Amino acid sequence: MLARAAGSSLAAHTGDFLHGILVTLEISSVGFLLALIAGTLLAIFRVSPLLPLRGFGTAYVEVFRNTPLLVLLLLMFFGLPEVGVTFGLLSSAILGLGFYEAAFVCEAVRSGINTVPPGQVEAARAIGLRHWQVLLEVVLPQALRAVVQPLGNLAIAAVLNSSLAAAIGNTDITGTANHVFADVVEPIPIYVGAGLTYLALSLVIGQLTGVLERRLVIVR
Amino acid sequence: MSSTVGSVERALFDTPGPRAIRRIRMASVVAAFCLLAILGAALVEFGRQGQLAGDQWALFTRPSIIRFLAKGLTSTLEAAAVAAVIAVPLALLAAFGRLSRRRWTRLPSAGYVEFLRAVPVLLLLYVFLLLLPRYGVNVGAFWMLVLPLALSNSAALAEIFRAGVLSMDRGQFEASLAIGLTETQAMRLLIVPQVLRRLAPALISQAIYLLKGTTLGYVVSYTELLHQAQTIGEYHNIFEHINGPLIQSYIVVLVVFVAINASLAKMARVVERRQVRRYGRGPVAGFTEDFMATDEATLHTH
Repeated sequence: MLARAAGSSLAAHTGDFLHGILVTLEISSVGFLLALIAGTLLAIFRVSPLLPLRGFGTAYVEVFRNTPLLVLLLLMFFGLPEVGVTFGLLSSAILGLGFYEAAFVCEAVRSGINTVPPGQVEAARAIGLRHWQVLLEVVLPQALRAVVQPLGNLAIAAVLNSSLAAAIGNTDITGTANHVFADVVEPIPIYVGAGLTYLALSLVIGQLTGVLERRLVIVR
Repeated sequence: MSSTVGSVERALFDTPGPRAIRRIRMASVVAAFCLLAILGAALVEFGRQGQLAGDQWALFTRPSIIRFLAKGLTSTLEAAAVAAVIAVPLALLAAFGRLSRRRWTRLPSAGYVEFLRAVPVLLLLYVFLLLLPRYGVNVGAFWMLVLPLALSNSAALAEIFRAGVLSMDRGQFEASLAIGLTETQAMRLLIVPQVLRRLAPALISQAIYLLKGTTLGYVVSYTELLHQAQTIGEYHNIFEHINGPLIQSYIVVLVVFVAINASLAKMARVVERRQVRRYGRGPVAGFTEDFMATDEATLHTH
């Protein structure tokens, strides 16, 4: 009797859960895409011959890598409106996550840059490529291919970290679990299910990373 | 790390000639100007909204406010320390369980580690905050924060320990068996002490994640630093009918965390360099740097 009541009320929330999964996917994928772009740009800054850009890259990484993500999210959502910059719930989460992960992506890409044999750079310069051509056409493509695995791990981290979006009120997987929790008789399956969903997402990203890695890796 | 690392970074801009130096200088000035202009524009906007006003910041020099925040910081450190004390033995247990030859210890350990690594700490925290009280288990705000942190970090630490043990030279283990030590003795007397020493830098960087994680105390209203800062920001909002120093509070928290964590990260790098100097580039040397640069996400989040 009890089990049936729980089952029916849980089933009534299937739509909520699917929506929650979509929100998690949206925050983590758009946030991670932002982090990939910003992080690669930062890595370019950090190996630039221009001191101000190098300084900016270093300062950015030091600040964003060492700040708790929750502080960034609160600053985005509750803090910035005080200076007249207002982002919605979803955009705050995406931007906060993106800026945070960008610092880690930057460090991953930079370590990838260091795996490119110096001879490649010397050869590229010897045939007359300019600094930015050497960077964009010779070094970066190889650097990114060398760090597929770490970037995949960062993508998994983005999914897990996106749960903090629930702390500012987003209805992602974690947020939905908390909402539905109040409604159902038997709430244990909600949290177990939410945990297993995160686990499944990590496993899928892990598998994808493995496939990409095997396709892209450069054997030296 | 090794002598080759950073060589591409250096090779990317080989010693420039006089013309290149002029170009680099000009571009540097332009870049500096652009960055300062952006920063300036942000500051002007802050000022226009009254967020630079002295009294918004002067608040944070009042002894009472400083004491209030210091109490928050103490609670933060306390939560992190207790979580670490619980996490380390759990992690060692899980790591050695996973390295065991017996399947019935290996599988549960692997399941424990893989599951906890893939579940967000916040979700665990809500289990303690919402789910368990419904079944009559109410552990209080402190443990609602500390237990999820400890569980999650134990899984991350277990993977660090396991990587450390796997990177040890097998010969040491075999040699200790050859002189008559049991496997447990060999682990306890030889492997574990060396692994712990070699992993010191990685363990220090894990402490950064643990510290960052304590801000989740905000969710369970545990009086850690972020929660205290939030209280200051909102208190003035309500009672003085002006915009409270909310942004300022968050920025103070941010600065404190960056100061502590950047020092820890620096310490990890120094310890690592010293180890490389003292013991040479052993199997674990370079582990931390790689780990910090790229792999940390596998091991932990936040």
